[in-house]
Amino acid sequence: MSIDKQDVLKIAHLARLALNEEDAVQYQHSLSSVLSLVEQMQSVNTDGVEPLSNPLEMTQRLREDVVTESNRREEFLANAPQTEAGLFLVPKVID
Amino acid sequence: MNWEVVIGLEIHTQLSTKSKLFSGAAVGFGAEPNTQTTLVDLGMPGALPVLNKEALRMAVMFGHAINAEIGMHSVFARKNYFYPDLPKGYQTSQMDHPIVGKGYLDVMLDDGSTSRIGITRAHLEEDAGKSLHEDFQGMTGIDLNRSSTPLLEIVSEPDIRSAKEAVAYVKMIHSIVTYLGICDGNMAEGSMRCDINLSLRPKGQEEYGTRTEIKNVNSFRFIEKAIYTEIERQADILEDGGRIIQETRLYDPDKNETRSMRSKEDANDYRYFPCPDLLPIELTQEYVDQIKANLPELPNQKAARFQEEYKLSEYDAGVLSASRAMADYFEQANESVKDAKLTANWVMGELSKLLNQEQLEITQSPVNAKAFGELLSRVQDNTINGKTAKDVLQAMWNDEGSADEIIEAKGLKQVTDTGAIEAMIQEILDANATQVEQYRSADPDKQKKMIGFFVGQVMKASQGKANPGIVNPILAKMLKG
Repeated sequence: MSIDKQDVLKIAHLARLALNEEDAVQYQHSLSSVLSLVEQMQSVNTDGVEPLSNPLEMTQRLREDVVTESNRREEFLANAPQTEAGLFLVPKVID
Repeated sequence: MNWEVVIGLEIHTQLSTKSKLFSGAAVGFGAEPNTQTTLVDLGMPGALPVLNKEALRMAVMFGHAINAEIGMHSVFARKNYFYPDLPKGYQTSQMDHPIVGKGYLDVMLDDGSTSRIGITRAHLEEDAGKSLHEDFQGMTGIDLNRSSTPLLEIVSEPDIRSAKEAVAYVKMIHSIVTYLGICDGNMAEGSMRCDINLSLRPKGQEEYGTRTEIKNVNSFRFIEKAIYTEIERQADILEDGGRIIQETRLYDPDKNETRSMRSKEDANDYRYFPCPDLLPIELTQEYVDQIKANLPELPNQKAARFQEEYKLSEYDAGVLSASRAMADYFEQANESVKDAKLTANWVMGELSKLLNQEQLEITQSPVNAKAFGELLSRVQDNTINGKTAKDVLQAMWNDEGSADEIIEAKGLKQVTDTGAIEAMIQEILDANATQVEQYRSADPDKQKKMIGFFVGQVMKASQGKANPGIVNPILAKMLKG
């Protein structure tokens, strides 16, 4: 199975990745070969096999419902390029 | 054309945990921006989520309340999209293996009929942050306090056929989650938000029409209005031979219209996949059974008990049990009255009227259940009549004292002394000799209407303190002559 360049550009757009022409061609090939491998695996009969959601044979540990974190706003905001009134600032989003 | 509306609802309920779904940050409305966030909520590299035990328990409680299959094996999945108030680039939600599977609710409508609404699933997910679009140096401000707040998304089957039914269903969900204590039910603060999927089809047609989704409607009234508005819009298009476009719309309560939201062509390509940061959740039968055994009384059970224990009508029991606060108020008031029908009438009548006038919730009532019960006891033991009781209630509402204090201070005690009443009636008959003559020569049918005049005179003379139960038979007898 192979995908075309349009597919590659769409996937890149969904992941917000900027690809140039050359990259797009390269990804088209490498993604297509991954899909070929998947295709090959699909020939295996998996009737009655539950899909695996995690390879570890473990289950989720749980947290008690207690507040363990305090306000560290100033530290967090210090990482952001622009802030105001305790808010992170991002380019204008029109809703 | 006769259209049938088909509605399915997605209700997001905020679970009332102390901490977030995946982090130890506090959950709370109205805190200073970004003071309730952690590395996990901010999506910092390497920060790992750990599931809140209480949120899981609450989801299982809800599952039991809607007679659902509980997902003994459930999995978190990533829903991928980019928006600045979602710093991780994905929302952690559930897809193939939700915590709550198929269930149903029986919803009672105003006309007393019930309909069964199927619930497809309910799953745990995290909320996103909040974007503030006021002008910050020409930019958008982001507050991440709300991110990772636990939500239970409850998805109904497309079983709803009218706006009224939709509202009754949402009220029922509201009632259940507040009874269970898993959500504060505060719609104004966004604790419950509703997405409405709606389509029309010609009556009798099996196949569904194209649907639209109205996002984030947050009051019972707006849900009803948004549905009417959208039905009308779709019917207009279809009757003009047009086609409905599948899209997301917003309801604008000011203009009472729905309008299309900017919809990107790939907006629904969420590329769900199992979240590698969270392991599957495996529940034991013992855990699930124990939660079921400890479930509080639910609205339907309470309604059934009210009918059984207090001999209330199905309608009264339904109204009183719709909210836990009202049910509790009724039961507490009735403890001293011990006349459930009387208490029910007064809670649903006069008290509700006063609360509505001032737009108060029953929990905010200036007259508490105990004081209200004392007032009704005075009606019950004939100290005052119903009309006087309304005035006393108003005085209690204005903080003038307890029922007994007000009755005493204003001298409102009902006259029950038959001798005194007879004397009063005699005076009135003497003073109105013409009317008495007319009454005596009239047909029995007419007399029934004419007696009202004399009752009115007695009430006036006694300043409303004569007990009508005693006045009426004496008056009828004395008028006969």
